[in-house]
Amino acid sequence: MPQPLARDISRHLALRARWHPLEIAFWVAALASIFLLSSKHLILTEIAVLALFALSLDLILGYSGIISLGHAAYFGFGGYVAGLLAKYNIISEPVLALVASGLAAAVLGFVTSFLVLRGSDLTRLMVTLGVSLVLREIANQMDWLTGGADGLQGIVLAPVLGLFAFDIAGHVAYVYCLIVLFLLFLLARRIANSPFGLSLRSVKGNPLRASAIGISVNGRLVAVYTLAAGYAGVAGALLTQTTQFVSLDVLSLERSADVLLALVIGGTGYLYGGIIGAVLFKLMQDYLANLTPQYWQFWIGLVLVIIVLVGRERMASWWAPLRARLAPDRSRAGGVQSVAPVEGS
Amino acid sequence: MLTILFDGIAYGMLLFVLACGLAVTLGLMNFVNLAHGSFAMAGGYITLILVNRNGMPFFAALPIAFLASAIIGAVFERTLYVHVYAKPHLDQVLFTIGLVFMSVAAVDYVMGSQQQYIELPAMLQGQVNLLGINVGKYRLLIIGICGVLTVVLQLILARTRFGSRLRAAVDDPRVAGGLGIHVKGVFAVTFAVGSGLAGLGGALGAEILGLDPTFPLKFMIYFLIVVTVGGTSSITGPFLASLVLGIGDVAGKYYVPKFGAFVIYTIMIVVLIWRPQGLFARATAR
Repeated sequence: MPQPLARDISRHLALRARWHPLEIAFWVAALASIFLLSSKHLILTEIAVLALFALSLDLILGYSGIISLGHAAYFGFGGYVAGLLAKYNIISEPVLALVASGLAAAVLGFVTSFLVLRGSDLTRLMVTLGVSLVLREIANQMDWLTGGADGLQGIVLAPVLGLFAFDIAGHVAYVYCLIVLFLLFLLARRIANSPFGLSLRSVKGNPLRASAIGISVNGRLVAVYTLAAGYAGVAGALLTQTTQFVSLDVLSLERSADVLLALVIGGTGYLYGGIIGAVLFKLMQDYLANLTPQYWQFWIGLVLVIIVLVGRERMASWWAPLRARLAPDRSRAGGVQSVAPVEGS
Repeated sequence: MLTILFDGIAYGMLLFVLACGLAVTLGLMNFVNLAHGSFAMAGGYITLILVNRNGMPFFAALPIAFLASAIIGAVFERTLYVHVYAKPHLDQVLFTIGLVFMSVAAVDYVMGSQQQYIELPAMLQGQVNLLGINVGKYRLLIIGICGVLTVVLQLILARTRFGSRLRAAVDDPRVAGGLGIHVKGVFAVTFAVGSGLAGLGGALGAEILGLDPTFPLKFMIYFLIVVTVGGTSSITGPFLASLVLGIGDVAGKYYVPKFGAFVIYTIMIVVLIWRPQGLFARATAR
């Protein structure tokens, strides 16, 4: 017979993990976009890729508080791995190649995660930025392999699972990306609502206390950083596979900054932030780029400045009711006194 | 060999003038200002407009570049930056990156995206033989100006009342405030001077570093390396770090052109892992 306390805890964990109708509605809407917005599938594909990338950043920023200015390192690494696998016909089947790219990026993330364990926010910022710059430099110099500044060309992919060939209008690509996003979201949701996810939040809230109650802080950070790197690698591989091209641009600072912006627009720490932010960011970028093809960065910068000056907490509070429903642990955690996750920081 | 060393020193001193304002900002207010390069770019473009379009002498344009950048810095500090000091680092990063994006696009819009060159007076062009090695006159000038600036800065920090107030505020802002030092005022002045120095560095460096709208993005990492590797607790740390970075970068690009940038970034990561507070940092009580 289980202990009453253990039973109580598992009951609350199960409650937290329950699906809210709004969440179901969200994914039904995503499913509907396949049929209702079939002329917009090209930009929707970009949104799905960015959403997955932002989701991976949310895992380390929103759930463990590591500020990264070099998350594009893993995105780009995954992208290049997928490109090389397809170009040299090592694995031409997209799904297998996707898994391989994700694993490769996760290995890189595991190795580099030890670099971000030490130091302050600024040190982490510099180290993550440095890692992405080093990778970019390597990709630039190994032009016999990566094509250097010209990018990797001549990527030809086999049909997905041997059944669905990529078409020019991007219908298959979008469905493929959406399915991958959904599956990885499910996994992230499961992890975030598990005891492991709870321990991550406690590490973010107060590392000292977390270690005092027996949580291995460094172990948790390494684990979540590795996971996030794998997610970013899958996102990068998706981009390569859907555009059949990869260039140095995937490793650039702008890409790291873009994903940070997308995540911040949507809000950190409840998984949907990355996806909602990606939708808003891409629509905004598309609109601005049509308006002023050359100077859209100015308006993106202005949005960033305004977001900070208005305050992320205040903006989040405008739609807090919706947010609380999407993140069940805030509204219905009830009995168990959980440490309120500190927003941002 | 000696020429490379000389070029490296000139490059390093330039980096120091560009980045020393950032060292104080980071050290004093613990504020991550990624937009520091934008003030340097402002100085560069102001000099460009004055010299190339209005025919002003180069030497007369330099002080104006300093003053104008300082004023721009002061205005931004008082109107925008003050709201962000107390916010978490993530907000500061987002805010200053936003400023960088805006400045890049705005300069692109006004001045065009091409590389710009400031017309130097004839007396600064060419080389001069100094102790058996050929050195560029312009680089000699840079070493001269930056050397004098470094000495002056060091004297101000070490000998004047303002300098001791600033050092006290860097060491512990709360106690300094308790002793009656107007920390915010000290900081505003320092921020303006730091921006001005960046503008001066941008004006001087246009010839060596190049000047185009992506300047703040391209050199952001260099400024940050100087500050994080050098530490923020003194002016000597960033100075030594700039020299090492300058010489290392020039030598690296000359001897191993394929791995030049690679070496710099790797060294930075290793140093940061080894000594997160910076190579030359004093042990602080905090």
